[in-house]
Amino acid sequence: MQAFEYIAARTVPEAVALLDEKGEKARILAGGTDLIVQVREARRDVDWMIDIKAIPEVNVLAYDAEAGLTLGAAVPCYQIYAEADICDAYPGIIDATKIIGGTAIQGRAGVGGNLCNASPAADCIPPLIVLNATCVIAGPNGERDIPVEAFCTSPGQTALEKGEMLVALKIPAPQNNSSSFYLRFIPRNEMDIAVVGAGASVTLDDAKQTIVSARIALAAVAPTPLFAEEASALLAGRELSDEAIDAAAQAAQAIARPISDMRGTAEQRTHLVGVLTRRALNGAIQRVLDA
Amino acid sequence: MSEKKEYKVIGTRPIRHDGVDKVTGRALYGADFQIAGLLHGRVLRSPHAHARIVSIDTSRAEAYPGVKGIVTAQDLPDPADKVADLGEGAVNLKYLCDNILARDKVLYKGHAVAAVAATSPHIAEEACTLIDVAYEVLPPVLEVRQAMEPDAPLLHENLKTTSLGETADEPSNVASHLQYKKGAPEKGFAEADVVIEREFVTGTVHQGYIEPHNATALYNPDGHLTIWCSTQGAFTVREQVAEILQYPISKIKVVPMEIGGGFGGKISVYIKPVAALLAMKTGKPVKVLMNRTDVFEGTGPTPASYIRVKMGATKAGKVTAAEAYLAFEAGAYPGSPVGPGAMCIFAPYNIENVLIDGYDVVVNKPKTAPYRAPGATNAAFGSETILDELAERLEIDPLEIRLMNGAKEGDRRADGPIYPRIGYIETVEAAKQHPHYAAPNGKKHHGRGVASGFWFNIGLESSVTINVNVDGTINLVEGSTDIGGTRASIAMQAAEVLGIPAESVNPSVVDTNSVGYTAVTGGSRTTYATGYAAYEAAQDVKRQMIARAAKLWEVDEANVQFADGEFSCINGKEEQISFRDLCARLGETGGPVVGSGTVNPGGAGGAFATHVVDVEVDEETGKVEILRYTATQDAGKAIHPSYVEGQIQGGVVQGIGWALNEEYIYDAEGTMTNASFLDYRMPTCLDLPMIDTVIVEVPNPGHPYGVRGVGEVPIIPPPAAIANAIYDAVGIRMTELPMSPERLLKAIGTI
Repeated sequence: MQAFEYIAARTVPEAVALLDEKGEKARILAGGTDLIVQVREARRDVDWMIDIKAIPEVNVLAYDAEAGLTLGAAVPCYQIYAEADICDAYPGIIDATKIIGGTAIQGRAGVGGNLCNASPAADCIPPLIVLNATCVIAGPNGERDIPVEAFCTSPGQTALEKGEMLVALKIPAPQNNSSSFYLRFIPRNEMDIAVVGAGASVTLDDAKQTIVSARIALAAVAPTPLFAEEASALLAGRELSDEAIDAAAQAAQAIARPISDMRGTAEQRTHLVGVLTRRALNGAIQRVLDA
Repeated sequence: MSEKKEYKVIGTRPIRHDGVDKVTGRALYGADFQIAGLLHGRVLRSPHAHARIVSIDTSRAEAYPGVKGIVTAQDLPDPADKVADLGEGAVNLKYLCDNILARDKVLYKGHAVAAVAATSPHIAEEACTLIDVAYEVLPPVLEVRQAMEPDAPLLHENLKTTSLGETADEPSNVASHLQYKKGAPEKGFAEADVVIEREFVTGTVHQGYIEPHNATALYNPDGHLTIWCSTQGAFTVREQVAEILQYPISKIKVVPMEIGGGFGGKISVYIKPVAALLAMKTGKPVKVLMNRTDVFEGTGPTPASYIRVKMGATKAGKVTAAEAYLAFEAGAYPGSPVGPGAMCIFAPYNIENVLIDGYDVVVNKPKTAPYRAPGATNAAFGSETILDELAERLEIDPLEIRLMNGAKEGDRRADGPIYPRIGYIETVEAAKQHPHYAAPNGKKHHGRGVASGFWFNIGLESSVTINVNVDGTINLVEGSTDIGGTRASIAMQAAEVLGIPAESVNPSVVDTNSVGYTAVTGGSRTTYATGYAAYEAAQDVKRQMIARAAKLWEVDEANVQFADGEFSCINGKEEQISFRDLCARLGETGGPVVGSGTVNPGGAGGAFATHVVDVEVDEETGKVEILRYTATQDAGKAIHPSYVEGQIQGGVVQGIGWALNEEYIYDAEGTMTNASFLDYRMPTCLDLPMIDTVIVEVPNPGHPYGVRGVGEVPIIPPPAAIANAIYDAVGIRMTELPMSPERLLKAIGTI
């Protein structure tokens, strides 16, 4: 393992200044469950690790039925799923936080770090996309917001510019008759990386018979997690039916551009996009019906 | 041994002697070992699967601050010098040495090329990047059938096929061809009403021990070399290091630390001779630790294989003939377990006409190493699937066809031996009578499968010394690495003889200077053979204690009887004394009592197992869920039933992993792309049901308590049983391991 400097930043401006000064070989350290492994395996060249866990803004976990959720960039998974009202409001995020690594990893790893690691297979990103999350980014020129689906640009690469860091994620309050769902396919039942992941959110009408709106997002089938925009749009205004869901699943398959690797082949992944999209949509719908 | 014997200690479930140390984290493993002045070693490994080494320049690394010594194959004795003296032995020695540090060619990615000792592990790692190795890259051959092609790239220019005693003229990747024949196979197939033949392919599989290999070596100026390490056998480490370094055995002491699993993978040495070389070169103690990638890329897995099986049966279900063709990947050097695979393939059955051909083939992957019943799991995947298909075609229950053809005492195996009393039929009966087999299983996409397996087990040498303490306890000194609770199962056999509780025995596993020669913990031999030595040592103690009682009572030894922990006088005097009280009087009756036992028993009873499994197949994803699992096995006599159950469950879990997901995945250049436990997918707790076990006890006539080895046979049936269950669930015969979701989707026709 290479030698590196560890710096604990106390404020956002301090962290931003450090990032700006040190440049490419500086990385933000939050849970460290990806970063430390990458450095140990020489997959990332890091001279400075800037620990942000002492910065108040990145530790915020605040939910309000009107304002929605503010999720600080360093909040670990276990804190999120310990909050009952967050579990009720955003079950899709909870699905993801509960399957990242094992219990010990979930004590350290967070949604913000999962996003910034920008793995195409990241479990937290599809649910963030389907829940319309916004990234709050701080940088040398102040703060800016971008939609989460624009955050990842290629494997391991993000829209963060030099000196910028993710401070928090903001997720709007859930609408009536809505819910969300995330699942992934792995050959085992835990401790694995998604062969394919699919997230869905749906809002139904008051009669719970028609889909008012829906969002579908996919993991591990393209260089970045994907928002399946056309597939999502197909569902708006449709009555609940297998046909509607099949049509959305097919549209989702059409945008998948998977590779073949040791975790799965391209054709297997494309097939699974259909299966998992159906299961994610049905899962979200069932949650609305059960509510 | 037909009537049930009554035992006081054997068959009970005392707490294992090493339990507290292990659950509290105090047990010392190789990586925990510390000594003043310790240097850290790191091995440089080949980035190519097949290449000629043109040159190695270590000068930049040697100049790096903190580097204390570098070794390459040039520091090993040149085995080429031994050719004239040792004949074929020299060839083997060359392979052995070349696998430790490559001399002229690298034969797999991860092949050790050089090693550095430095003042910190980080410096050693950094220095490895400064060693300049020039390679002439050669095309790799990564699959057994390709390696057998006449125009395949050759790994060894001098390797010529040995076939049934003849050596070929031209070099080849096929190291050897063996054959077993019984009866007249052609005639047997002619008598059959149904003949089924299929091809099978199995992947390269890892033993999956949690603890990576480790070694710390210390070289004294007087020439004494000490190695602290994780191993399945301290004495085999001593032998291998002596052979590779051409160093006297008397000057090598190997200290076995606790072991975090081995399953066969910690018998061959890798970094132990390297640590020794670095210690000799630097004059300092040197510790070498592997990381997980080193373990996957640089140590031996169990081989991938290509297998063809043909079996024929009459309408009544009698198997009339069986044929098998087995081609096993040996890895970089000859020595795959195709032999045991060939001997085991039809072993559970009494078949009149059999022909088995086996091929040992080198490929550009790490040299294979033993793994739990080496070769037998690959083989049984083929034969047990075909037998299931025969039963289905003949509309006979799959357990019934096994009963109809099952081997019994007096039957001859295809490779020659005639079975003594064995318990195969009893395992099938136990499976048939188990509630699991009667439970309904009709749900859509649910299926049930069965399969059986056989493993020889071995005897080999073991030594035990017992020191009697004045408080009535004994210190039992042995040389068998304790992997699965053998301190307990060995101690219990001595306790039974002496009529004392298991807790009154303090077992210790000691170094090679402190106990008699003991072969490896492998071949399911430890409870059998070292337990046998403990029995003999306890008998020795008993004889000496009888003499002491006789002396005390001034009677003839023949007049002293020992039963239930009490010595009594059977002629004349009314005398009685307990083992414990007599221990307190050793000083006055002649001094300490030390008993010893050494064995090399030939009667390791073979072990059989029959498994039943229920699965659910997700037809949309290809994923197989194990719903219920029952394993029956003949243990001969279960000394400590909990550890027998543990061995069965552990073997089944490894078999399930082998069946469903485990395999080394290589790219075209020969790089393993899943060299971590993240992507080399062993089952976790969430992937498994509780595994029910049924211990059948058909005592082994070759052991005083009837013990049969239990550790290996449970890994054999699972892949075939699961394949048969998948067929029952979805009507597809899977013939390639692992039966991963993607392969299953393809077989079903979904993708």
